[in-house]
Amino acid sequence: MIHLLSILLLAAGLGAARAQELDPAAVQVLAGPCANCHGPGGGSPGAIPAIAGLPADAAAERMLAFREDTDPSATVMPRLMKGYGEDEIRALARWFAETPK
Amino acid sequence: MNTTRREMLVAMGAGVLALPHVVRAQTGAHVVVVGGGFGGATAARYLRRADPGLRITLIEPQQRFATCPFSNLYLGGLRDWDSITHGYDGLRAAGIEVIHARAEDVDAAARSVTLSDGTRLGWDRLVLSPGIDFRWGALAGYDEAAAELAPHAWKAGPQTQLLRKQLEAMEDGGSFVMVVPEGAFRCPPGPYERASMVAHYFKTHKPRSKILILDSQDKFSKQPLFQQGWQAHYGEMIEWVGQSDDGLVAEVDAGTREAVTVFGTRHKADVLNVIPPQKAGVIAERAGVADQTGWVPVVAERFESTLVPGIHVLGDATIAAPMPKSGFCANAQAKVAAAAIAADLAGREPPPASFANTCYSLIAPGWGIAVAGVYRASDGKVVEVEGAGGVSPLDAGPEFRRAEADYGAGWYASICADIWGAA
Repeated sequence: MIHLLSILLLAAGLGAARAQELDPAAVQVLAGPCANCHGPGGGSPGAIPAIAGLPADAAAERMLAFREDTDPSATVMPRLMKGYGEDEIRALARWFAETPK
Repeated sequence: MNTTRREMLVAMGAGVLALPHVVRAQTGAHVVVVGGGFGGATAARYLRRADPGLRITLIEPQQRFATCPFSNLYLGGLRDWDSITHGYDGLRAAGIEVIHARAEDVDAAARSVTLSDGTRLGWDRLVLSPGIDFRWGALAGYDEAAAELAPHAWKAGPQTQLLRKQLEAMEDGGSFVMVVPEGAFRCPPGPYERASMVAHYFKTHKPRSKILILDSQDKFSKQPLFQQGWQAHYGEMIEWVGQSDDGLVAEVDAGTREAVTVFGTRHKADVLNVIPPQKAGVIAERAGVADQTGWVPVVAERFESTLVPGIHVLGDATIAAPMPKSGFCANAQAKVAAAAIAADLAGREPPPASFANTCYSLIAPGWGIAVAGVYRASDGKVVEVEGAGGVSPLDAGPEFRRAEADYGAGWYASICADIWGAA
């Protein structure tokens, strides 16, 4: 239990450290694969929802809901969002919020 | 006079020594990209965005690029040819020089690439995204001439159109036999999506026909989802024979359209589709970046060759497992490589690598499935993020399958816009 707790604390510490380290170049790389489905700059031309210009807080909450499996309408997004930390998800939400629609 | 001369010499010396570095750090560094597909065209585009000062040249033989993704839908009659081919006007408008020629040779020491039209281009960084080539003759009886009778259709183009014509010419009640190769091959779920799309075509036009898949593997990508979908949409039309059940083919006779297994069972086809054993595109061998496996080892953080520094290699040609050989992965790798190249040329530390993949397969109209993964780089290798990724749930209902069919089409529209779309 103590071992588990120390791992959790360590993970939280790493998460915090990483949040400070996320520079724009790193976020741009994180955002790279998003365009594969959501279109260049998040402006989807097809059936997948566009994400460019979405309000950052709402977008982050939606991505976190995907990650926690609490969005019943989801298909592939829960599988993808489980690969990202909360700090990364919030940085991605800010990134696409600042992209023009 | 002496002072002026000495100053000049100093300036010249400094220029000779420092100029290449200065040029690379600012503008005018030349990046040559070989291959205008999912990896190469993406790399060219994202290099341009990362550093508007770079000179970027893309080498691609085809005026219009036919994509392997969605070519199975063309075979199934759900897509026309134009909708799966893409030109290079968008890349040109983005300020990328596109040369329609074949890259014939690479001189890594001289940092040059020689093209089929005789042009020799110098480069500061080279990106190879050559896709696959076939190991002709590795499967007895199957060479380039045999492929004109029993098409592989595993590079989208005339081969795909030939296979479609053969399916159209086949009588109702005929048999379509597909041979799945040994070793790593492009698009792990591709053969099974192809069987699905051929089944859709048969169900619609030739319902008494049969499909036989002779497989070198005992398990395949998204297998339970495919088999569930086959049962639901096509009943007993598709028969899959794994390696342990005598599925491994030792020899083909393209003239008689027969596939012969290692145990000597002969399967006669009306349309025979042989997917041959594969390796990295031949330019990888000529550049010295392929290893004894025929594929290209890379440093995952930059998708740079482990054998020849300065050459970055992307996509199906690379050894990138656990990332599959998919167009999505090639595109994701290209973005990481572009960021790393631009940072390196500007003297900055490359940002941390991050990749994802989603491969959609269509089993029937309105019935799609997907596999996804998230990846990072660690100690030169691609590592899959544990707890993420995976396949669509087996117990999902028709609404879920319909959504993934729609999203598959959405994915194709988005990634093609990302790569070949307007600037």
